[in-house]
Amino acid sequence: MIGKDRDSNRLLTMTGLQIEGRTDEEWIKIVKGVDVHVDRGEVLGLIGESGAGKSTIGLAAMGYARPGCRISGGELVFDGIDLRNSSSRQLQDLHGRRIAYVAQSAAASFNPAFKLINQFAEGPVQHNVSSYSEAVEEGKALFETLNLPNPDTIGYRYPHQVSGGQLQRAMTAMAMACRPDLIIFDEPTTALDVTTQIEVLAAIKDIVKRFNTAAIYVTHDLAVVAQMADRIMVLRHGLLVEENSAREMLAEPKQEYTRELLSVRTFRKEQQPILDGQKPILEVKNLNAFYGDFHALKNINLKVRPATTMAVVGESGSGKSTLARAITGLLPPTSGSVTYDGDILAPSFKSRNREFLRRIQMIYQMPDTALNARQRIGEIVGRPLSFYLGMSGADRKNRVAELMDMIELPANYVDRFPSELSGGQKQRICIARALAAEPDLIICDEVTSALDELVSEEILKLLQRLQDELKVSYLFITHDLATVKAISDEIVVMLEGEIVEQGLKDEVLSPPFHEYTDLLLSSVPEMDPDWLEHLLRKREAVGGN
Amino acid sequence: MKTIFKTLLLAPVSAKLGVLIIIIYMIAAIFAPVIAPYSETEVVGDVWEEMGSGFLLGTDQIGRDLFTRLIYGARNTISIAFVTTMLSFFIGITGGFLAAVVGGWIDQGISRVIDIIMSIPILIFALMILSVLGTSTPILIIVIAVLDSTRVFRLSRAVAMDVVVMDYVEVARLRGENLWYLMRHEVLPNTLAPLVAEFGLRFCFVFLFISSLSFLGLGIQPPTADWGSMVRENAGAITFGILTPLLPAVAIAVLTIGVNLVVDWFLHKTAGIKES
Repeated sequence: MIGKDRDSNRLLTMTGLQIEGRTDEEWIKIVKGVDVHVDRGEVLGLIGESGAGKSTIGLAAMGYARPGCRISGGELVFDGIDLRNSSSRQLQDLHGRRIAYVAQSAAASFNPAFKLINQFAEGPVQHNVSSYSEAVEEGKALFETLNLPNPDTIGYRYPHQVSGGQLQRAMTAMAMACRPDLIIFDEPTTALDVTTQIEVLAAIKDIVKRFNTAAIYVTHDLAVVAQMADRIMVLRHGLLVEENSAREMLAEPKQEYTRELLSVRTFRKEQQPILDGQKPILEVKNLNAFYGDFHALKNINLKVRPATTMAVVGESGSGKSTLARAITGLLPPTSGSVTYDGDILAPSFKSRNREFLRRIQMIYQMPDTALNARQRIGEIVGRPLSFYLGMSGADRKNRVAELMDMIELPANYVDRFPSELSGGQKQRICIARALAAEPDLIICDEVTSALDELVSEEILKLLQRLQDELKVSYLFITHDLATVKAISDEIVVMLEGEIVEQGLKDEVLSPPFHEYTDLLLSSVPEMDPDWLEHLLRKREAVGGN
Repeated sequence: MKTIFKTLLLAPVSAKLGVLIIIIYMIAAIFAPVIAPYSETEVVGDVWEEMGSGFLLGTDQIGRDLFTRLIYGARNTISIAFVTTMLSFFIGITGGFLAAVVGGWIDQGISRVIDIIMSIPILIFALMILSVLGTSTPILIIVIAVLDSTRVFRLSRAVAMDVVVMDYVEVARLRGENLWYLMRHEVLPNTLAPLVAEFGLRFCFVFLFISSLSFLGLGIQPPTADWGSMVRENAGAITFGILTPLLPAVAIAVLTIGVNLVVDWFLHKTAGIKES
């Protein structure tokens, strides 16, 4: 078995891989028998929703299982070495030197107390690959290869002194330090903005090719994996759905589930025309807000029409969430006004009356932290009913059941705690809680960013259906242009606290583009394996001129 | 009731042991007059008589039945310590949550006052106040509760700080909920685990604190039976090789262990819910 693989170009073979995780008293299968192989210099993409077992398989390729998990079946052979029967000492020798790992959150993976270069040099020195000074020189060379600014000095900064995208590239450099045969990338760009994501993707793609390193690229984003991988495996519920070369899979998906993943984000709403004499429900005039000395919002002007959706789009740090906080009164603006249905709102929410508080509701990015883990669903959804509308007893119970029906969840969920629900279901509960107050305006702050694509598409459809039925307006804050395309009537593009472009969806999203809007739009990965190379070539050409 | 019984049945052995200890102590405390062979202050024999010589655990320094004294001691010591701890938690949690939820000047104000109180050694502070106000039981309870609540304040403010920044608290604030709702329904349920753990510890500390005060003559006054003072009163017996003073000490130790076993189990259970 092992001999057969060795003569070929095979680097890693996992046959019949089974992994179990422990919950309470029993072991539950997370990966239910999957065959994975990677050749030298090949990039394998693993794709699936959360819970598909893709990260778990990625870690298993290192012979490692997370605490609370165990590899319970199958063979794991890396370049002739049986990983399952290796001692932890032997594995330790492999890790970092021949198999490296790049985690999703670079910020959480670096030790904040040490300079980047010292963390870089740790691996090579530990594995006796090179001396400290050699490793430092090597690090500078790799930083340069990865297009990090000031490669000679950036290593002497601490992790918090560089940006998220730079940190992710520094981590890729770290993984490359010992010139491993295989690198596992676990969602390395998921936490980044689209414009930053491109830099990291380009850097990873370049360096993997240059050193002919094999890689396993784990992600939930098919468009991203299309850029990176030679071959793609689609996983679901710990089983393989489909496996094919990247090009063939994108051109001709064989399984229904793969087609679903490919066709995700095709949802579009009809743009609502501007009606004459229609009064805006929310009007923001010359709004300025500060965090201490930092001018977070600069002269913001916008109008939200009844029963429409206004999308506020921008990178992180552009001030879009701050705008939501200024409107709700959590961050009282220093100048300018917020007019709601003809009335000027008090700057701080503390001095607004209950009626206005009721009419503007908010939905948050992380449903986990937006729901009190110690309250049952019925209490969470029912509280606005008793608080604003004075409902109690059977009235309130019936209304909660109606709301549960509206968000398409079974009525008996009211007795559950949030922890017993999935991420998408929790977000639905947040929607129900907002709806319970019967608002005219709901501010949605990145409501789909923490969710899988299929789930977030369902949430968007639900929000749209509710708008059609209840005539509620949305102020939809997001960094994701696909979401903007799907749900908005009007778009506001923000950059560094200012609005750089605003208008109807069709105007903003069709040429001629504003320079920054163009940058954002062109940075969204497409389901075309050549997209990244074309884009980079195009940008280089423009830059060259 | 049925569910409490069920969870108890599924509890680990250590927790069952803890619950058993607490139940035994509670029975002793509640039915003291029924169980005890003599009355609390009755002199029934010679000084420091041997165990089993007509008296189950022997007699104390003036010839009272030690077993009787232990049972009445359970009633006095546990109930006073329990009431004190409850009161101290009520004061400490209310103050701590208020500081965390409101923040700003209120937080600074309360915190600095607490700092001042905490900067004075607690035993000396208690001695000073008790010698001025007298040593009746209600005053004893209030003084210890107030002094002890500073520690509870620190903890509850710290854990509440982590909770008040959560989005669901922001949701409640934006809804216009009042301070009491925020504290009672949003913060308290999410800080219960560390607070209960602290309760177990504090209960034992208060227990020992009352004992130290009794030893100094400012705690529970004789002839009322109290484990702490019983240790002190019988301390002389050690020199004669008599085990009498160790028995109330063992009573304190066993209850401490029992309470902590239950608290550990509770902590483990609530931590488990969070993970899933």
